Amino acid sequence: MLNVQIRKEFRSKGAQPFVLDISESFASGFTVLFGPSGAGKSTLLDCIAGLQQPDSGEIRLGERTYFDAASNLSLPPQSRKLAYVFQSLALFPHLSVEQNIRYGLAELAVAEQKKRAANIAAAFRIVNLTARRPGELSGGEKQRVALARALVTRPSVMLLDEPLTGLDSGLRRSILEDLSAWNEAIRIPILYVTHNREEVDAIGERVVTLVNGRVQETGAPRTVLDMPRSIELAHAADFENVLPAMVVEHRPADGVMRVSLDHAACEIEIPLGDAEPGSEIRVAIRAGDIIVATEPPHFLSARNILPGTIDSLEARGTMVALRVKSGTVFQVHVTPGAVRTLDLSPGLLIWLVVKTHSCHVVR
Amino acid sequence: MNTEALLLSFRLSATVSLFLLVLALPVAYAISFSEWRGKFLVESIVALPLVLPPTVLGFYALVAMGPRGPLGKLWQSLFGHPLAFTFTGLVLASMVYSLPFAVQPLVASFESLDRRLLDASAVLGADRLRTFFCVILPLAWPGILTALVLSFAHTLGEFGVVLMVGGNLPGITRTVSIDIYDRVQALDYAAAHQSALLLLLISFVVLSVVYGVNRRVWSPWPVK
Repeated sequence: MLNVQIRKEFRSKGAQPFVLDISESFASGFTVLFGPSGAGKSTLLDCIAGLQQPDSGEIRLGERTYFDAASNLSLPPQSRKLAYVFQSLALFPHLSVEQNIRYGLAELAVAEQKKRAANIAAAFRIVNLTARRPGELSGGEKQRVALARALVTRPSVMLLDEPLTGLDSGLRRSILEDLSAWNEAIRIPILYVTHNREEVDAIGERVVTLVNGRVQETGAPRTVLDMPRSIELAHAADFENVLPAMVVEHRPADGVMRVSLDHAACEIEIPLGDAEPGSEIRVAIRAGDIIVATEPPHFLSARNILPGTIDSLEARGTMVALRVKSGTVFQVHVTPGAVRTLDLSPGLLIWLVVKTHSCHVVR
Repeated sequence: MNTEALLLSFRLSATVSLFLLVLALPVAYAISFSEWRGKFLVESIVALPLVLPPTVLGFYALVAMGPRGPLGKLWQSLFGHPLAFTFTGLVLASMVYSLPFAVQPLVASFESLDRRLLDASAVLGADRLRTFFCVILPLAWPGILTALVLSFAHTLGEFGVVLMVGGNLPGITRTVSIDIYDRVQALDYAAAHQSALLLLLISFVVLSVVYGVNRRVWSPWPVK
């Protein structure tokens, strides 16, 4: 168990001081750190690694104290026995893959170094790359080498700062599988920073969301990321529609409340919450949670059926992003197949179907 | 051409650039990585020879190395002979004179290093010394080469400091630039021209090497 309870203030001219204020425990296994950029995720990892010093607080791994401001103790990064994979990976460009991997094993006998390096290279499928320099590797290969270099030291904590950004999803999944298999074998706390929903779903046992230097929510990926409670998190969790709204009335018998969107442009029903009638809120809806119909739909359980016209279509790989005007503007994601079957084109009159429980109140 | 003076100049320049590299590496490291607020004072001291007239530098070097100066006295008591007007004295004064030319390229190349590489080295358990020798030095080689070449070239061309501290002793302190001056004084323009042209060519070749290897280090020209 890694216990972190720290505070660190950054002052800059003219701007509000940024305060990182974290009090959180990280159990063995994966914890995903999720949050908008600038939330303090990398700073938190740097503090745990000993690369930055908190102003106050303490960091402990089980019985070991990494940092304790009260007794003026701070272990140098060299003695913390942890692994840290940076966003930039930071492979040593002048060393071969094998030398990179053996860099953290200097205290061991050469034979043992070679044995461990060979084992980890096999586990991360980079055996055929060991003689190369990082400059001669592809993005995915570099990421595998960086993970191998970090894990070969048998760390007691693992810090991963967006280690798989920029990879296509197939490659990412295969690396994640190797990483998960390794995690099953050696249970240590692993802090994994990512913006990527797919990575969260693949590895996330637990998500900690960070906004503005503070922990906002913790829990299972489903509860935290599917029901974000702040605007920053809603954006970070890929809620394309975050619309200003005002509560019109509560209907406790139906389990809903009616809200008007975007200054009375249209009205929808959302799950009953504690926002009083008349109060200003925001409603977040994922673009992929909205259904498109080309005729007025009937006999549906969905409570929100809004007429609108397609403003524009934009193909983005395996999906098409629609902008739909319906009083306010909605972002809607459909498949290229749906566009073809329904013959969707700009100017077409359509109906948007939104389930009540796809609408989330954020503040 | 005065081969003796030329060889002496080369010997002086080679000695100075090698010793200076050893001195400049820790100084540059301190300037690049220290978070001490007063480090601008160190930077100013290092840069002083850039703006001081060589005669001022030479004058103080002479005073310090003279038989009554602190350095001269120490030297006399340690080795039993004076320091001023010797090759060693000339090496010491030249090291001060060329210090910025060795330190600044090193600082520039240290500061252009990706700090995350140093972080990675620390997290992987390497102490500062290992990080310095295994990560910083190998990646800063263009800066090291530039520091060596520039301090060599700068020492080769020095005149004022040599005249003040070294005097004009053939084979000991009469370097090629002093020799050129003497020839001109004696109206022997042909001999002066030979040496001067050689120095000009050497300087050009040296600078071409530096800018060919790495434009970013110590360049008066805009970086591409």
